[in-house]
Amino acid sequence: MSTDTTGLKGPRHIAGLKGAGRAEQAPPLRTAGPGPIKGAGRFSSRSIGVVIVAVWALAAVAAPVVAPHAVDDRFPGLLNSPPTVPHVSFVQRPYIYRWMLVNQLEQRYEIDRGRPVPLRWFSGGTLVQSSDEARAPLLLFGTDSYGRDVFSRLLYGARMSLSLALVSAVGAMLVGMAAGGLAGYVGGALDEALMRTSDFVMVLPAMYVALALRAVLPLVLAPRVVFALLAGIFALVASAARVLVRHVLPAAGGFVATELAMLIPAFIVAEATLSYVGLGFPDPIASWGTMLHDASTNIRVFADFPWLLSPAAAIFLVVLGLNLAIEDAGGYERTLG
Amino acid sequence: MTRYIIRRLAFALFLVVAVSSASLLLAGAVPGDFASGTLGLEGARRDRLEQARERYGLDKPLAVQYRDWVAHAVRLDFGNSLLYDRPVGDLIPERAVNTAVLALTALTLATVVGLPLGIVVGSRHGGLMPSAIRAGSVVLLSMPPLLTSLFLVFVAARTGWLPISGMRSAVAPPGGAALDVLRHLVVPAAAIALPLAAMFERLQSQAMREVVRQPYVLAAVARGASRSRVVWRDALKAALRPIAAVYGLVVGTLLSGSFAVEVITAWPGLGRLMLEALSARDVYLVAGCAGMGSIFLAVATLFSDVALAFVDPRVTE
Repeated sequence: MSTDTTGLKGPRHIAGLKGAGRAEQAPPLRTAGPGPIKGAGRFSSRSIGVVIVAVWALAAVAAPVVAPHAVDDRFPGLLNSPPTVPHVSFVQRPYIYRWMLVNQLEQRYEIDRGRPVPLRWFSGGTLVQSSDEARAPLLLFGTDSYGRDVFSRLLYGARMSLSLALVSAVGAMLVGMAAGGLAGYVGGALDEALMRTSDFVMVLPAMYVALALRAVLPLVLAPRVVFALLAGIFALVASAARVLVRHVLPAAGGFVATELAMLIPAFIVAEATLSYVGLGFPDPIASWGTMLHDASTNIRVFADFPWLLSPAAAIFLVVLGLNLAIEDAGGYERTLG
Repeated sequence: MTRYIIRRLAFALFLVVAVSSASLLLAGAVPGDFASGTLGLEGARRDRLEQARERYGLDKPLAVQYRDWVAHAVRLDFGNSLLYDRPVGDLIPERAVNTAVLALTALTLATVVGLPLGIVVGSRHGGLMPSAIRAGSVVLLSMPPLLTSLFLVFVAARTGWLPISGMRSAVAPPGGAALDVLRHLVVPAAAIALPLAAMFERLQSQAMREVVRQPYVLAAVARGASRSRVVWRDALKAALRPIAAVYGLVVGTLLSGSFAVEVITAWPGLGRLMLEALSARDVYLVAGCAGMGSIFLAVATLFSDVALAFVDPRVTE
């Protein structure tokens, strides 16, 4: 187990307790990489985390190629339809079955077993589509209440949510590094003032800060919402500052990656929460938060149409991947946003 | 010690004043106001809008509005909520109590579950149970309250075991009102408590691991003290310090988490009130909510600072 105590844990966050949490025998600086994880066998949980994150990043980048449908393609006859499961056999191409609406009111569907619809590779400009898109589209994760393909939206949403989180996290890092570097270089009263400020900011509930800052911008002004989100989230910045001042300069390297991996989940969750409550991205944009928002008009919808929860599962996977990737590097304090 | 407490008190006071002032000014500085938000949609005539603004005092410059608000606030009059047409001072406490009930239940739950697990994991080398607990923690840490509440609501709605929204049933159920609230409390409180418990487990096991390595623990074992005595009495005392320190920080996390959970499970707390107030541009209610939130924060940090000073007198120096 790592012997690292200089990082984000423990009482060093509290004003006036600098150095008190350091165990006597621990080395004074963060070691570059975490030690091997016990009992992990050939696959360390760290590499599993890296793979998860890489897959999502790839999915986000390749969304236009992989997604069978466009973000706002609607299938009016297939509102809230369940996923079409691809069946694989050795004798023929993979195929799906068509969903037939049997109860308009309850939006209940039944499988049309009579006629398998084969899938077609590299058609319509995407990786895979059904051969009969008009009547039996390929809906890997079902559709939402507007009849839009959840799988495609999830991939496009990954672009929005992940890029926003990455940009915000890098922005927060840069501001934090500038402030921290300045504090460390000038020292004295400025150092003290900046550290007090970041102590102060760290206790603020991030969600409320984001809400308050979000409120400064008009409710309906669409494109600026992105900046509103960024602004709200920059409030988290100062918390990075105090850590960076003492660690980036002496032992940069792995720490920056760790700090990024801890900030990104906070931003993903902040975006999702703001969008969920209707203060995030406006409607046509697909992000993981807006997808949950669209589904949340009645909370029971999630129980009837569980595939609408897939954005939540996506958030979980990405955050888990990032947490695993930095496991043992002390990265569990601020994942709760 | 007294000086330390006075210093922390002054900081707490500053926190409350700064946060509520800032939120009033921020909410007031927004283009559009309560009058244009509520009446504007109905296509009200210009003079009606002006009338409404005058009634609410929204026609005055922001600086004057702020001065009036401060002048009233020092006499504990926090203005009227424009949205509910009730004094903010009446409206906030009932919602704040709901949030406090939710947050305290979650905190207790997380402590009761997280700490002992952390002690067990931190004081052992390898083994199946510590690995399983550790894996569970990593999974739960990746589920912020937004996700846990969605997941728990999903489970509760599917199984029908527990109510999924609100705080009370429309018709009084058998077993009395208290039991009814308790049943409604399970889903939101668990949603906040699960990730928090995981965090406590990780922190506590880390702290424990470090303390167990200390020479005096080895010495205690060498003197023949039983393992459980060493772990649960000698080592635990020293290992509680990081947790005591983190309690003050956790309040922010708790309030952030309770915001998402309150919205999802329709728990009538402070977070939902603030969301309503922000959407309606109800500036005084926004300031009141923010002020109340900062009081929570101030009280909790004060409490944790003092507790820490008792556990570790070095902090007062």
